[in-house]
Amino acid sequence: MAAASISVTLDQIFVLLRDWLVHFLPAALRPFASVVLGVVAIVAVFPGLFALTTVFERKGLGRMQNRLGPNRVGPFGFFQPIADGIKSLTKEDVIPFRADAAVHFLAPLVLVVAVFMGFAVLPVGRNMVLVDMDAGLLFFFAMGASTELSVFMAGWSSRNKYSILGAMRAVGQMISYEVPLLLSSVAVVMITGSLSLTKIVAAQNQYTGIFPHWYVFTPWGFAAFLMFAIAATAETNRTPFDLPEGESELVAGYFTEYSGFKFALFFLGEYLGMFSISGLGATLFFGGWSAPLSFLNVIPSWIWFFAKVMAAIFVFIWMRGTLPRLRQDQLMNFAWKFVLPFTLLDLMVTALWRFMGEGWARWVVCTAILAGAYVLMGRTAMQQKKFGPRSYRYAE
Amino acid sequence: MVVASPLAAHLLVAALLFAIGLAGALTRRNAILVLIGIELMLNAANLNFIAFWRYGPHPEALTGMMFAIFSIAVAAAEAAVGLGLVIQIYRHARTTDLDQMNRMKG
Amino acid sequence: MSFVFYLIAALTLAGGLAAVLLRNTVHCALALTVAFAGLALLFLGLDAQFAGFAQILIYIGAVAILVVFAILLTRSSETMQEGVFSKSWFAGLVIAAGVFAVLGWAVLESAHALPFETAAPRVTVRDIGNALVGRYVLPLEIVALLLTAATIGAVIVALHEKERAR
Repeated sequence: MAAASISVTLDQIFVLLRDWLVHFLPAALRPFASVVLGVVAIVAVFPGLFALTTVFERKGLGRMQNRLGPNRVGPFGFFQPIADGIKSLTKEDVIPFRADAAVHFLAPLVLVVAVFMGFAVLPVGRNMVLVDMDAGLLFFFAMGASTELSVFMAGWSSRNKYSILGAMRAVGQMISYEVPLLLSSVAVVMITGSLSLTKIVAAQNQYTGIFPHWYVFTPWGFAAFLMFAIAATAETNRTPFDLPEGESELVAGYFTEYSGFKFALFFLGEYLGMFSISGLGATLFFGGWSAPLSFLNVIPSWIWFFAKVMAAIFVFIWMRGTLPRLRQDQLMNFAWKFVLPFTLLDLMVTALWRFMGEGWARWVVCTAILAGAYVLMGRTAMQQKKFGPRSYRYAE
Repeated sequence: MVVASPLAAHLLVAALLFAIGLAGALTRRNAILVLIGIELMLNAANLNFIAFWRYGPHPEALTGMMFAIFSIAVAAAEAAVGLGLVIQIYRHARTTDLDQMNRMKG
Repeated sequence: MSFVFYLIAALTLAGGLAAVLLRNTVHCALALTVAFAGLALLFLGLDAQFAGFAQILIYIGAVAILVVFAILLTRSSETMQEGVFSKSWFAGLVIAAGVFAVLGWAVLESAHALPFETAAPRVTVRDIGNALVGRYVLPLEIVALLLTAATIGAVIVALHEKERAR
């Protein structure tokens, strides 16, 4: 009994802490103050995680590439992000002479604000969501779509050929992969019957025996998750979809002309985008904050959420250390000719799953359709594709 | 000027936005800017629909809201086709200046 | 009306004005997104959460991006024309002013009959979804057809015709 109550307290420790801090204030201010505290927590935790991830990524990549990685600042190089932060804060902020100063200044701000907004609807633990919106998923995607604009603003305002090329690539890629990203999430919405992320987690937080009802363990959910993961990688411009900022081709892509603190903001925005999309993936397909096995529920829910996010981040780093970069036409072909049709098919399979009722029959039928389609489309059709010389197309 | 009714205030904002969009569509020379003006007009109409839905007698019937949602969807299609046409015209005439597109003038 | 409403309305109108007045076409497109964002906030103020987020997703995420793509593809931002306004700008301005005068007159004349603050309608996304596939299923199908046709149409219009390519 005592152990159970300790586990509940630990699970809700941040909620209790917030309520305790808020109860010093007059009752009228309390709702406002608890929202402010939530915002402060998000603004403090995720950049902290970002600092941790940069060192994690550099050391992990070093390990995969048979080198040491940063090891000079602090024990095992773990204070490297602090040194990097001081460096970027004290560097001169260069604005190119011909740049559009106002737009150049606004672009990183728009990016960081839009990315931070996305965290508002992510449930990071039991009862731990800043605003539980009825249309939370739509809000998340709306904020994600706004980042495209900041990428364009950064690239265009720099008046630099690498910047504009990188921005055009990034925007084209983000628009192309946003469609499958949205549609693969729609499969989850179809089954849950709600756009609210808390309800999506609650629907998955049930157990048969000790096994959870995560959507990734269903045929349609697995397919949707794969498509979601591909689209999310493209959306965050990570390898193998890092054409917009491929350093061997475009210096740094759309933020080539940024230095100092603004460059750090872009870097932060990119990693925060990774966290938020990983958090969304975990919420949609991996039960959000729910434990992987029923008896593991004694471990606080927020630990599970962050463990899932960090696991996804590790996969991102792993892919960066493993895969080569795609070419632009391959990227677009893949998006429109494989990922999108497959996601649409998955939507139909999801509907079939929903209306076939309980039983083993729907498992067999849905798996067969998806596997057959994958073999036909992914294996056969994509393999016969001749990757000949590139064809160039201009507007003129 | 203080407008007591919130509906009237929203309607005035929408009317002003519509007029701005109309002025833009009628006075700019660039075809894309004309499209921007048209988008503004469509959006002003959407604001009207939502405002009437919110303050109308039967918000639970969702009529105004539905109209706005459909109008957003149609506007997206309109923008895609309109801009496709502008690009095609640019290829043909090397300009997006509407004052120079007078070949069909009798 | 609250202070917040006036602030958002001013932002929206300023964005709209800038979108039709600025010289640089890309600046116009960016100002347009300010107007779109302001409208989305107005929708949120009117308790239309779904419409507000859809507005951000579709207008800022898609239409604005489409507009800037079109601007860059047609090099509208590079070539400075002698004047950004058409020869018949005065007539256009007069027509717009006339339309606004009529609309504003109609609103102000009927302002006393318009309803005051009412209770916020309790409409969930589920209600909207049910309405979409229930009462409004025919328009939904027509919109689906329209969007498909528009997608194909846009692709065909913008497609490079090989035989005509120089």
